[in-house]
Amino acid sequence: MSESREAIFSRIRGALQPLHDRAPYPEYPDNVATLAGAGAAADLWTAFKVRTQLVNGLAFDNVAALVDWLREKKHLRGYCDPALWAEIGGSFGDDFHVERVFDRSQIDTYQFGITHAAGALAETGSVILKDATTASRLAALAPWVHIAVLKREQIFPDVAAAVRSLGSDPNVIWCTGPSKTADVEGILIQGVHGPGVQITVLA
Amino acid sequence: MKYQQIDQYAAKISQEKRAAVYDGSKSGYDSRLKALFTQYQNPDDLRRLAGRIKQHTIENLDTYLPQVEARMQANGVKVHWATDGEAACREVLAIMQARQARKIVKAKTMVSEEIELTPFLEKNGMECLETDLGEFIVQIGHDHPSHIVKPIIHKNRREIATLFEKNGLGDYNDEPEVITRRARQYLRQKYLEADIGLTGANFVSAESGRIVLVTNEGNSRFCLAATKVHIALIGIEKILPRDRDLAVFLNLLARSGTGQQLTVYTEFIQGPRSAAQPDGPEEMHVIFVDNGRTDVLASDCREILRCIRCGACLNVCPVYRQASGHAYRSVYPGPVGAVLSPLLAGKKFPELADLPKASSLCGACNEVCPVNIPIPDLLLRLRDRGKQEGSEAAAAGMPPMGGYAILASQPAAWKTALALGGIANHVPTPLLPQAAKTWVETRGLPPWRGGKFRAWMKNHRKTS
Ligand code: SF4
Repeated sequence: MSESREAIFSRIRGALQPLHDRAPYPEYPDNVATLAGAGAAADLWTAFKVRTQLVNGLAFDNVAALVDWLREKKHLRGYCDPALWAEIGGSFGDDFHVERVFDRSQIDTYQFGITHAAGALAETGSVILKDATTASRLAALAPWVHIAVLKREQIFPDVAAAVRSLGSDPNVIWCTGPSKTADVEGILIQGVHGPGVQITVLA
Repeated sequence: MKYQQIDQYAAKISQEKRAAVYDGSKSGYDSRLKALFTQYQNPDDLRRLAGRIKQHTIENLDTYLPQVEARMQANGVKVHWATDGEAACREVLAIMQARQARKIVKAKTMVSEEIELTPFLEKNGMECLETDLGEFIVQIGHDHPSHIVKPIIHKNRREIATLFEKNGLGDYNDEPEVITRRARQYLRQKYLEADIGLTGANFVSAESGRIVLVTNEGNSRFCLAATKVHIALIGIEKILPRDRDLAVFLNLLARSGTGQQLTVYTEFIQGPRSAAQPDGPEEMHVIFVDNGRTDVLASDCREILRCIRCGACLNVCPVYRQASGHAYRSVYPGPVGAVLSPLLAGKKFPELADLPKASSLCGACNEVCPVNIPIPDLLLRLRDRGKQEGSEAAAAGMPPMGGYAILASQPAAWKTALALGGIANHVPTPLLPQAAKTWVETRGLPPWRGGKFRAWMKNHRKTS
């Protein structure tokens, strides 16, 4: 294995050796690719809502509105992060059946999964998930509806700011709307392997 | 008259397939235009910047690769190196054997196509299943992807429905929604049964050792939520110097490839799952693959290593639109493939030396490229190389130009030829010289206007 490494590195050195002036790293401002005005929104939650709706994501201002929606869609069975359930469980009625352990042998029995958002991105309408705040990767992915619970002060204005805050978590995911494909004749279908509905709720 | 292979292929494809490829690539091009030009004042500056960042990176791989390796190891990732495709395949197999693993679920990676990983693993008794919907359809149809972003751009829903029926995925139904749901149902069991999730990487940050994956379907997330081992196959050119560069490239990649602001899932992976996380890999391996890339780095076409595989140059290319991806006889089709495939072919360069000629040099590929690769220049350099190496493939369809060379180097002969050229207007095609015959077989010959320029020049001198 180390032989392969040495072989590759010596070929790279050989390939680069004849270059006298190597291209320098260009200087550029952090926000060079940021949309004009993206960072300027006074209320980042409102800006986020507009953007997430553009990519067919849903956003609710509070848990009560979410519960109404779930009931209307007859999504009454699901999973919730146990720590979160202690905070928001009171808003759900007896008609709901919500488990706090995600059983991977039963993934198709959960209509929704509720986990923490680690943040959100106003510029793109993305919700940010991290290993540290996601109780179960599968629970945030396998059910038809994923609900990310967000705090208002966790919203980043733009992509550049969110990249600066990636931190050291081994698995950070930006979800920008529901899972989708256009592989068959370019026709948009939502909910391929991941959630067909992506919801962000303030709490 | 022997046509170039790509022309022969293009002439034979069905009208239906041509229309599918044309419509698919055109819609990709349209959405790119809309995303970039309505959202940015000067997207061209951004492309140039990205090109300079990548050029800097590939010219400093000797610094960045050791840096990224050290960062990854510090992050708990096992790093492997593979000089060629076979070595890379063997590394994957060795990891499987060490884990007593039998089943891989695989997210879309072009490198794995390039090194022919799946046939290798199957030969060794392993299972390797594609999970991207398009790639899954390619796999069950024993087909090849024909586009780097839209692998089944050449297939219509009826062919897909027939394939699903044949493979026991329900009765014939060609509704895209039904097709998608059936794949969802089938594949989620497969993720849960698999031992290993295999992915590529769109970018790797040398600063943090993070790999970045962009997908729309969520299959790579599933691969990394359901399995215990993650293997990432990565070409050595995928590096970016710093995390901040990711903001530039993520914004450009999605807009250039599919016209999205961002793809649905952008995953930043820095190692095995954290201790408190119940799901996902407890072990992560990265295999850095050379497979001809260091040869490209040593060549005068190293700019092609900037490529971020967005597919924009395929979508815009008039030759790709007419000929389709399979016409390029290699994993990377379109303008990028016409440069990269012959270069990566190593000793087999002459066999693919006709690909650089499959271009009108219109320059559209350069204009759309998010890393501003001068593809037409590179094509010319490769045409030259094909000629130098006397490639037979490259010579197909070339009219003999010897007579022309004599005329063009002797002014007196040239003048006589111009005066006599008018005769060509009245000569029936079979009697034309070979060079002109080649031309008129597929196009009309314009009426002879020889000498007009000289006459104009004379008058022009007199009057000015
Ligand atoms: S060469 Fe440029 S346009 Fe073509 S796929 Fe690569 S990055 Fe995209």
